[in-house]
Amino acid sequence: MDASVRTPIIRVRHFTAGYDGKILLDDLSFDVYPGEVFVILGGSGSGKSTLLKHMIGLYRPLQGSILIEGEDIVSAEGPQRLKILTRIGVMYQQGALFGSMSLLENVRLPLEEYTDLPDDAIDRIALMKLQLVGLGQAAYKLPDEISGGMRKRAAIARAMALDPPILFLDEPSAGLDPITSAELDQLIISIAANLKITFVVVTHELPSIEAIADRVIMLDKQTKKIIAEGKPQELRDHSENSWVRQFFNREASVA
Amino acid sequence: MRSAETAQSVLQALPSSEDDLVFSINGPLDSHTAGEAWRTALRLLEETNPRRLIVDATRLTYCDGAGAALLLELRRRQSGRRATCEIRSLDPAYQALLDMYGRTDGQNPDPPAPAASLVEQIGRAALMLRNDIVTLIAFVGELCMALGRALRHPGLVRWKDALVTAELAGANALPIVALLGFLLGLIMAFQSAIPMRQFGADIYVANLIGLSMLRELGPLLTAIILAGRSGSAFAAELGTMKVSEELDALTTMGLEPVGFLVVPRVIAAVAMTPLLAVWAGFLGLIGGAVVMLSLGFPLVTYIIQVKSAVTVGDMVGGLSKSFVFGIVVAAIGCLRGLQTKSGASAVGDSTTRAVVSGLVLITLVDGVFAVIFYYLGI
Repeated sequence: MDASVRTPIIRVRHFTAGYDGKILLDDLSFDVYPGEVFVILGGSGSGKSTLLKHMIGLYRPLQGSILIEGEDIVSAEGPQRLKILTRIGVMYQQGALFGSMSLLENVRLPLEEYTDLPDDAIDRIALMKLQLVGLGQAAYKLPDEISGGMRKRAAIARAMALDPPILFLDEPSAGLDPITSAELDQLIISIAANLKITFVVVTHELPSIEAIADRVIMLDKQTKKIIAEGKPQELRDHSENSWVRQFFNREASVA
Repeated sequence: MRSAETAQSVLQALPSSEDDLVFSINGPLDSHTAGEAWRTALRLLEETNPRRLIVDATRLTYCDGAGAALLLELRRRQSGRRATCEIRSLDPAYQALLDMYGRTDGQNPDPPAPAASLVEQIGRAALMLRNDIVTLIAFVGELCMALGRALRHPGLVRWKDALVTAELAGANALPIVALLGFLLGLIMAFQSAIPMRQFGADIYVANLIGLSMLRELGPLLTAIILAGRSGSAFAAELGTMKVSEELDALTTMGLEPVGFLVVPRVIAAVAMTPLLAVWAGFLGLIGGAVVMLSLGFPLVTYIIQVKSAVTVGDMVGGLSKSFVFGIVVAAIGCLRGLQTKSGASAVGDSTTRAVVSGLVLITLVDGVFAVIFYYLGI
């Protein structure tokens, strides 16, 4: 599929972010297309998570716009903003499941708040989402009682509760062993392919990037701009920037 | 959100033969429209009990997880009654969705753990109480040893921490202690002056205020404020350190949390509480003075009356009480912090437990002191 002929589902324009007069990300513009797995890359402290938190509306940028399905999450207020928020799902780094609720109740919560579905329907749907991520059996467990990898999968199930077309994942493989991490990658690939969901993923795990990414952008800590954009294989082999090649080939920088 | 009108018309039952039920879906079947469709479909299914259910999806424009759940539920109910369910003209994309969710349908949840019976609950509570007492005794022992070590080697104590805590728990508490002490003295003097005046005994309000503020209420008031302000703060601080594994880090460095964290806090509290109690008593006396002045007594009469009523023994008694209150409140606050479990509400629980245990212990200690003072004749 050629990305350039499709309409982007997320359009970021002249995005500048920072605080206390300090600029963290300077004048970024990029597009995310429907159905792709879009990865935001960068070294530690390059502002990956900051960018993600702006894209899901937690922070306000200093300048620029972030259009999600054509609507600007930066300037949206009230019901309009709520509408955008129900069109995205977010998996936080540690899962951020509500500790006092079982996994099923965690997934039920958005459905209870935003739909008029009958109770047994909500139960069915919530269980279905948990089964999709392979946690059907653990539905009545509390987040404390399951492993870190399971928590992340449960968080994906909760993010998918309202069937949003876009899912944001913050460091899905952080703190997981390689096998669990690979399983999570498989889950992302399968959801993206079968349910046509667009993924925006922040990560710096190379194996994960190569497995899941359709396209990546790479943030640079020094210039605070995007230094590379494209398919991961192309960047690894043909990037003009030596730092980008180093990143993909996992070489230490020689100072 | 879509209007209720569209929501109602998404799923319609079409006329059909006796054994069949035919649903036609017009429009999107998503989490906004599926609610009404779900209710209608299941109601009709119950009422007609068809041998064959046909869902015509020709005019289905969109289907998401909620829609797929409805279609799968219809299929499940029909197969549960050994009847058939056909979904006709479903768009291949939605068929794929249905297949994906249908594949994992078998994994049923393990049932939740059954709630404990009353007997089990009582047993668990009793065990917990026993464990709590054991921990308390162990902690008192550990604290005494750590304090003993601190006495023998004062250089080992983290005096900088103790000073910071003394400022937070002591100096910063001066305004609130002053306000409450003053008001307590004022209110007590005013309330007692009215009945005592009837007997011409209003000069004895000075005795009442002097004795009660310096011997009993000053130390008690200070201890209660300390439990609310500092006991809770110690519990929250140490609890957060426990949750973020900082206590484990200390232990693996060979630094005992009790010696490193609890001792400076206890020392600071012990040093500050008697001072605060004196402060509270002094402000209480000022409160009483305001009332006495307004009753027409000169200030000097009030002072002489207070001096004649309060002995050095009363002062020492009050101070020694507040000394013990300081140890108890700081220690129990730290203990509750060290006992913090994991989870979002754990630190909050520890804080609550620190204040409640602090108040209970203050009352107990006060009672013990009353008995001791009685036998000592103070």
